[in-house]
Amino acid sequence: MLGKEKLLEVRNLKKYFPVKGGVLQRTIGHVKAVDDVSFDLYEGETLGIVGESGSGKSTLGRTLLRLLDPTDGQIIFQGNDISKLSNRKMRPIRKDMQMVFQDPFASLNPRMSVGEIIEEPMLVQRTLTRKERKDKVIDLLEKVGLSPEARTKYPHEFSGGQRQRIGIARALTMNPKFIIGDEPVSALDVSVQSQVLNLMEDLQDDFNLTYLFIAHDLGVVKHISDRVGVMYLGKLAEIGPKHKIYDNPLHPYTQALLSSVPVPDVERKREKIKLQGELPSPSNPPKGCVFHTRCPEAHERCRVEIPELIHQGEEQYVACHLYTSESDI
Amino acid sequence: MQEKTDSKQEIGQKKTDVLLQVEGLKTYFYMEQDKVAKAVDDVSFTLKKGETLALVGESGSGKSITSLSLMRLIPSPPGKIIEGSIKLDGTDLLSLSEKDMRKVRGNDIGMIFQEPMTSLNPVYTIGNQIAETLMKHKKLKKKEAYKRAVELLKLVGFARAEQIVHEYPHQLSGGMRQRAMIAMALSCDPKLLIADEPTTALDVTIQTQILDLMVEMKEKFESSILLITHDLGVVAEVADRVLVMYGGQIVEEATAYELYTNPQHPYTVGLLNSIPNLESDVERLESIKGTVPPAHRFPKGCRFAPRCKHVMDKCYEANPDLLEKDSNHKVRCYLYEE
Repeated sequence: MLGKEKLLEVRNLKKYFPVKGGVLQRTIGHVKAVDDVSFDLYEGETLGIVGESGSGKSTLGRTLLRLLDPTDGQIIFQGNDISKLSNRKMRPIRKDMQMVFQDPFASLNPRMSVGEIIEEPMLVQRTLTRKERKDKVIDLLEKVGLSPEARTKYPHEFSGGQRQRIGIARALTMNPKFIIGDEPVSALDVSVQSQVLNLMEDLQDDFNLTYLFIAHDLGVVKHISDRVGVMYLGKLAEIGPKHKIYDNPLHPYTQALLSSVPVPDVERKREKIKLQGELPSPSNPPKGCVFHTRCPEAHERCRVEIPELIHQGEEQYVACHLYTSESDI
Repeated sequence: MQEKTDSKQEIGQKKTDVLLQVEGLKTYFYMEQDKVAKAVDDVSFTLKKGETLALVGESGSGKSITSLSLMRLIPSPPGKIIEGSIKLDGTDLLSLSEKDMRKVRGNDIGMIFQEPMTSLNPVYTIGNQIAETLMKHKKLKKKEAYKRAVELLKLVGFARAEQIVHEYPHQLSGGMRQRAMIAMALSCDPKLLIADEPTTALDVTIQTQILDLMVEMKEKFESSILLITHDLGVVAEVADRVLVMYGGQIVEEATAYELYTNPQHPYTVGLLNSIPNLESDVERLESIKGTVPPAHRFPKGCRFAPRCKHVMDKCYEANPDLLEKDSNHKVRCYLYEE
């Protein structure tokens, strides 16, 4: 990644949700949805974030866009720390960062025509005339593979894949630099899923976009990403170039996750690493390494000390005590 | 002596080799404005004893309606099984009265659904729900039923089964609920287990646990599984034979090995190529253009024709038949007709 500009730097980002209880609804604890996450995102690349439900990957996406206010840490977008900006100061920055949501049925307003949906961000940002807005809508519809007539129709007239195209067109209206896709293809059937993935790749080239692609499907993430980050219980377990993560996973969780994915191939039966138990509750995460309760390699140190992300060659970082020696402390 | 019993068993097995035989099943839905949705349109297949048969297809292909038809759980109106026969161990389920059918459900056929939260009753304890099935179908006393429920929960991997029987569904996680569902489905020793997207709502590490459990339980209880799923990866892991559905019909039928190593129907080929695979690295995914047609507006001729890469003139004229290519492979496509 040398020579590439950093678009986004995330430093020790935390997002805690208070848990209220008792008669007075006092805060009695916190759900640590995102807990001390740091990474960089380079211009024009796709960073995939994988993790199981409850790992905090969606909260991470929402916090980066400031749809949620971070509890602590920095989000540096194009050199500016946006983590504490007011809503008013955020507005001009928001046009550079957009989101494509998972559920194409819930994320489009059923009472607005497709034209209005795509036009709305331009109305909020107040930079174009009515004629320019209309031309832009038609142009965008064509870019995402829909006919200009779609403008006057309503979301219910479209299939899931077509709706996701509308959602993508809406995200592109303000010529953003950065798009977060939160499970953008997981609600779609496989034959349609590949159409949308191909479209996202084409648009990335055409508009020079940077993607943060959040998904639970490891196959999809492998296909679209340049680099991949693996999250577990609010923390980044491992991050690196995709060929390193998929061919040489270092973290025991990444290894188990990859070995569990069913592969549509009857000739290659791979040995599976079976994880015991389930994801612990993020309101009461295990002490030490959060993965130690399910880790086949856990030892004494894992129960007490939180592992840091450490460099393991060629941009691969892993948070695991197997790769640190006692003398490093 | 030993040999004799063996050969006897063999003959016995031959005779009753087939557990489920579905013949020409048609389930239509009659909608407003005289529209007819042919959700299941002339589906025939057999399921052998001890076999795991997978029914794959995208949403709208008719796979779930097929499984609901087997249980006779089609909401009527608007739905109706208009033709065909469903024979379970020789009994035609379609000729049974509703009362007799109720005995078949749960007793002979167990069912596992996709969303364990909506298929378990939130106001009863897990134990109560399993015991209810046992008291109804097996005529057990309450105490015995609870004892059996604890045994079943242990069998599906609950370490603290004695406590779990007294817990409510919301106290369990998704994977645990699905285990409880499996325990319930197995409670009456069913001959057939229908699993409709049993792992779709679960995370991959949990999915592995549940799939293994299903296979283990199938062997322990000597039952057969009809697995309904859209995930071709899951199918490759567990199925012996596969039916591929498209537009309410079976378009390809083969053993799992044959289907993955030698897919024939352009739809199956397209589907397999459009999945981003962990093993391979392709620049661009193949995709099938267009979308699945709605069940009330199937195109004339082959239902896949408008999306097919190899479409010919005659594909638009008449629907091809499901023809046997060889003994373990059938395909519905003109490309393979003599």
